[in-house]
Amino acid sequence: MSFNNLDTLYRQVIMDHYKNPRNRGQLEGDHITVELNNPTCGDRIDLQLKVENGVVKDAKFEGEGCSISMSSASMMTQVIIDKPIEDALKMSEMFSDIMLGKEMEGYEFDIESLGDIQALQGVSKFPARIKCATLAWKAMEQGVEKDDKQG
Amino acid sequence: MTNLDYVRSHFPILDQEVNEHPLVYLDSAATSQKPKSVIEALEGYYNRYNSNVHRGVHTLGSHATDGYEGAREKVKNFINASSIKETIFMRGTTTALNTVAYSYARTNLSEGDEIVLTLMEHHSNIIPWQQAAKATGATLKYLPLQEDGTISLDDVREMVTEKTKIVAMAHVSNVLGTINPIKEVAQIAHENDAVIVVDGAQSVPHMSVDVQDLDVDFYAFSAHKMCGPTGVGVLYGKQSLLEEMEPVEFGGEMIDFVELYDSTWKELPWKFEGGTPIIAGAIGLGAAIDYLNEIGMEQIEKHEHELVQYALEQMNTIDGITIYGPNERAGLVTFNLDDVHPHDLATALDSLGVAVRAGHHCAQPLMKHLQVAATARASFYMYNNKQDVDVFVDGLKKAKEYFGDVF
Repeated sequence: MSFNNLDTLYRQVIMDHYKNPRNRGQLEGDHITVELNNPTCGDRIDLQLKVENGVVKDAKFEGEGCSISMSSASMMTQVIIDKPIEDALKMSEMFSDIMLGKEMEGYEFDIESLGDIQALQGVSKFPARIKCATLAWKAMEQGVEKDDKQG
Repeated sequence: MTNLDYVRSHFPILDQEVNEHPLVYLDSAATSQKPKSVIEALEGYYNRYNSNVHRGVHTLGSHATDGYEGAREKVKNFINASSIKETIFMRGTTTALNTVAYSYARTNLSEGDEIVLTLMEHHSNIIPWQQAAKATGATLKYLPLQEDGTISLDDVREMVTEKTKIVAMAHVSNVLGTINPIKEVAQIAHENDAVIVVDGAQSVPHMSVDVQDLDVDFYAFSAHKMCGPTGVGVLYGKQSLLEEMEPVEFGGEMIDFVELYDSTWKELPWKFEGGTPIIAGAIGLGAAIDYLNEIGMEQIEKHEHELVQYALEQMNTIDGITIYGPNERAGLVTFNLDDVHPHDLATALDSLGVAVRAGHHCAQPLMKHLQVAATARASFYMYNNKQDVDVFVDGLKKAKEYFGDVF
């Protein structure tokens, strides 16, 4: 099969999140909304976060994009729910380093704590797709900042 | 095209493997590849006569000036402008369109005037007019698209009125491949005392363009899509209009006399070429024009027509494919495959050595009209062959299977 090398990118678990996204939809009640797009390719995410006492209580997203961007959003919401903002941000930093193919050292969390997200490691081998994978995380970072400003 | 192998041998870049497959380059609408002769012309300039133009008394300076002005003469002949005064070197199509929007539109438009565009425009032929409209109080109007992605001349006749001051449209759509009836639209614009501004980025590289026959007022194109280097393009304008326009950039090269409180400008075309001009770029564009003439624009057009018709035929055999744009079109196909996002598709094709574009192609309003967030696009040039189409179509089938399987 000529697409063997694609399997490092399109792991089964990614496709599962793409086809059956977790936490897709609209949050009810008070929440923060961040809409972010990738102007070069048209991917768009609408991320909603419910933050209480510095903890992400709930997260949902809507949007349009490729399998990498949408599965990344789905996986991210899964892992950040019930995490303190601080931890979510640390994970975001770690994820961004994974995408850049950096050595994984000195992190508070080990890679297993990222759960399904580990499946996205292969994206680092496809530089053109890194922005797809980090879109949701960038939205989360902006959302948390918004929460900070709103106090 | 007769002797396609001969043509392909002129493009060194085509002779390589990408991801362990022979490169199949189907992204010429984004930028074309460059023949050896263009690369050598740039090298020759830098190796043997690099020098500033128009001012040096020395020998190299006059060689560089000859090269630069010689390229202008080639451009003039290539598009059949009536004088070199009408061919201005600029950074590219975007700068050329912005220059018209700044210099012409801001002076000649006022509240109540209208600018007519089409829904298929590239961002570079939308935003300059949005800005000009905001600055002058003019209104933008968009010609609708018909089902097949063409415009109707009846709509043009209805929308272009005595209120219209500018009609701006692409000669060829970079997404739909639609070839717009510029000559007819120009006539309608002129009947209403409006000017027509044409984005020629996707037409000049692929077909014979005669600006006098089309009777266009402004026409813009880029060298890098027509075998030339990046960073240079051309604004054609009718002399009578350009004479009345003020430069947008001021500085060296474009002046006649400079006093403490006022200055005068050089004559056309130099008054629009402030600063050290794009010397190497223009020389490269001149070499690209020589190359296109050697192959022959009619040959190129015919070859691409055959190729795109073959591609359409092959692509239409794939279940779940949506192809955008009319059947009679320029050499590009924009499409979507059910259940495969265009980015994923482009990555899959890339792994087979096939380069296609995925995204909104700098035409977000058109994407909205088509009700898609993104599409994939394969675009052809003189160096593509049927085998490229076969590898591409085979890749589409494999991608469909692959993403079908993983679901």
